[in-house]
Amino acid sequence: MSQPALVLQDLCKSFDAPAVDRLSLTIAPGQIYALLGPNGAGKTTTLRMVTGLLAADSGSIAVYGIDIAADPIAAKRIMAWVPDEPMIYDKLTPAEYLAFVAGLWGIAPEDAKARADDLFGWLGLEDVRDQRCQGFSKGMRQKVALAGALIHDPKLLILDEPLTGLDAGSARQVKAVLREHAERGVTIILTTHILEVAERMADRIAVIANGRLAAEGTLEDLRARSRHGETNLEDLFLEVVADSQMRDADADATASHARAKAAA
Amino acid sequence: MTGTGSLGWFATHELRLAWRDWMSMMTAGQRRRERSAYIGVGVFVLAIHVLAYAMISGPLANGVVADAGTLVLLSGLYALAFSLMIPQAIESVTRAFYARADLDLLLSSPTSERTIFAVRVSAIVAQTSALALLLIVPFVVVAAIIDGPSWFAVFPAVLALAAIATSLAVSITFVLFKLIGPRRTRLVAQIVAAVMGAVFLIGTQIAAILSFGQMSRVKLFQSDSVIEAMPALDSWLWTPARAMLADPQALLILLAVALSILALTIVAFAGSFGRTVLIAANIGEGAVKAGTPWEFRCKTAAQALRQKEWRLLARDPWLVSQTLMQVLYLIPPAVLLWRNFSEGTTASVILAPVLVMAVGQLAGGLAWLAISGEDAHELVETAPVSPRQLTTAKVQSVLAVVAAASSPLIFAIAIADVWVGVVCAIFVLLASASSVVIQLMFRSQARRSLFRRRQAASKVSTFAEAFSSISWAGAAVMAAAGMWISLLFVGLALSVVAVARLFAPREV
Repeated sequence: MSQPALVLQDLCKSFDAPAVDRLSLTIAPGQIYALLGPNGAGKTTTLRMVTGLLAADSGSIAVYGIDIAADPIAAKRIMAWVPDEPMIYDKLTPAEYLAFVAGLWGIAPEDAKARADDLFGWLGLEDVRDQRCQGFSKGMRQKVALAGALIHDPKLLILDEPLTGLDAGSARQVKAVLREHAERGVTIILTTHILEVAERMADRIAVIANGRLAAEGTLEDLRARSRHGETNLEDLFLEVVADSQMRDADADATASHARAKAAA
Repeated sequence: MTGTGSLGWFATHELRLAWRDWMSMMTAGQRRRERSAYIGVGVFVLAIHVLAYAMISGPLANGVVADAGTLVLLSGLYALAFSLMIPQAIESVTRAFYARADLDLLLSSPTSERTIFAVRVSAIVAQTSALALLLIVPFVVVAAIIDGPSWFAVFPAVLALAAIATSLAVSITFVLFKLIGPRRTRLVAQIVAAVMGAVFLIGTQIAAILSFGQMSRVKLFQSDSVIEAMPALDSWLWTPARAMLADPQALLILLAVALSILALTIVAFAGSFGRTVLIAANIGEGAVKAGTPWEFRCKTAAQALRQKEWRLLARDPWLVSQTLMQVLYLIPPAVLLWRNFSEGTTASVILAPVLVMAVGQLAGGLAWLAISGEDAHELVETAPVSPRQLTTAKVQSVLAVVAAASSPLIFAIAIADVWVGVVCAIFVLLASASSVVIQLMFRSQARRSLFRRRQAASKVSTFAEAFSSISWAGAAVMAAAGMWISLLFVGLALSVVAVARLFAPREV
């Protein structure tokens, strides 16, 4: 059996309140994996822990068998992260930005140049490759950031809301590039609020609510689990989140009842 | 007047935003610190009143007569305040044009552009006068207690000054916009502002040093030679000074002139305000060709980081101008040192502390840009590079720029005096290292464009950076003169860094 792309084991992270609560997940390689959840569910916190931007309070993260806490450099070498708000340098051109990212990941300049040419072609950035990024639209910035993430040919690509703010044409280009990379064996984890994207693109879907895993599986698995026979992802998602919130409310009520009983 | 969409309604809105902005700055965005902020401000106000009393109770004991000396002094201080208001007003005006903030919302509403422009300009007048008023209120209050309430006339006189400064700033910005276009206006306006502010400030200080051997401008304004060179007492030039002395006619004239200039400015430019804002906003959307194609020929992450820092710096003349502008203010102390110690000492010894101080400040600014002003910090943090390597590469990029900027000067000094050259090199390195260490201790995440507000973000690091540079400068001049007391200053500089460490935020 091939090495899982990502294994999360009892992952916990708290700020003022628990943001991620004993989250365990295993993601097989070469999949497009969608992480869904309402705002504040803990999706971005989870992904930031996977990328090493946040330290977990407890639990473990293994990227292709590499423990992120034990060997973060080795794990980062095979990963790429694209945040929801693309962070690029206004004063650099896309070509320079990609060359810089390639330098960070230690890619030889000649290899990086050839790869950048391909990426600019796929993402429709040829015309702007030598223009400074200042003033680029959100969609253009997102595409430049995505190109930067792909320049070092990562095995695991993590994207936070990659299609938000993109026009239809750009969204199609990005989806095509992601699909093409998944077919080549790249594992892609993405969060999205656009459920149609998850429905159409994802091989597996996880729904997170209140920092916990509320449901996980293929779209068919989730449909089969529906108590109300829901078939579209939006209805399934709302049902799973509502059930999860109800379970949490019940658990809270039980706990406070127990506390009151103990106090009495 | 206060109905929805009226001038008063907008003014109230602006006032509320300004107040919250100010409170957020004082409390670092944490509401639970509000009480501490109030107490801090209260203590500051009380302390400054005590200071004001100590400074002016003597001179005011016998009352004030509107003689030539008084008029020259008040006019000088008035001109000084004006020279400080101009850059602040230009800064506010350019910010109003370029930082769109809520202008998209306002300009898309059915409110007239004239109303929006009038309110924005009035807000700038208020902002511009606020800082001056903050500093002079204690003096005016103390003067009013000692010499009578007529001193309160200073307040409308300052408001009039702010109105004229704002009108001038608006006119300069619009003219620049027409002449050189929106892209260059942003940079040129900032430079014009800084130079206009510095010329009078530095000029009067240098004049005072050359004439009296002191940096005190008051001495200059009270000197016989200056008073004798001034026009007769009935000249209109004294109107602002007479207004401050509560001469009703002068105050009325000053207010009428100032408000007329402001009104004329609003009427003249309000029509093109919306268009100007749109053009300013659009400059970001136009295609910007990279000047010279530049390739990262780097094999390691450290090389990539260094090259990136240098390229970003080279492509941002505004940041470079802001950093170098700090050096302008070192000219007066250099002149003072030269005048006071040049006899019996070589000029190179006098240059040593100035160079060390300037480079220390330069290193601090550059270190902030490289360490805290990282626009893609998540990209850099997710790269397969250890935090130590990242920091080392960034520090190297800063020190390389500092070395490039200071080496020619150090080399020139070394030609004149090898010992002083060596001392300069050592202390330039130490001052730069201290500034970089302080920036590392107070590292944060901010946009590079917030460079000018970095002082507001961490006052402790700003003061620590300044005090360590001053201490290293002191150590340098003593070492250059071959005095052992230099070691005392070395200890002081190291203590400053150690104390800053105590105040530095702990890593999470």
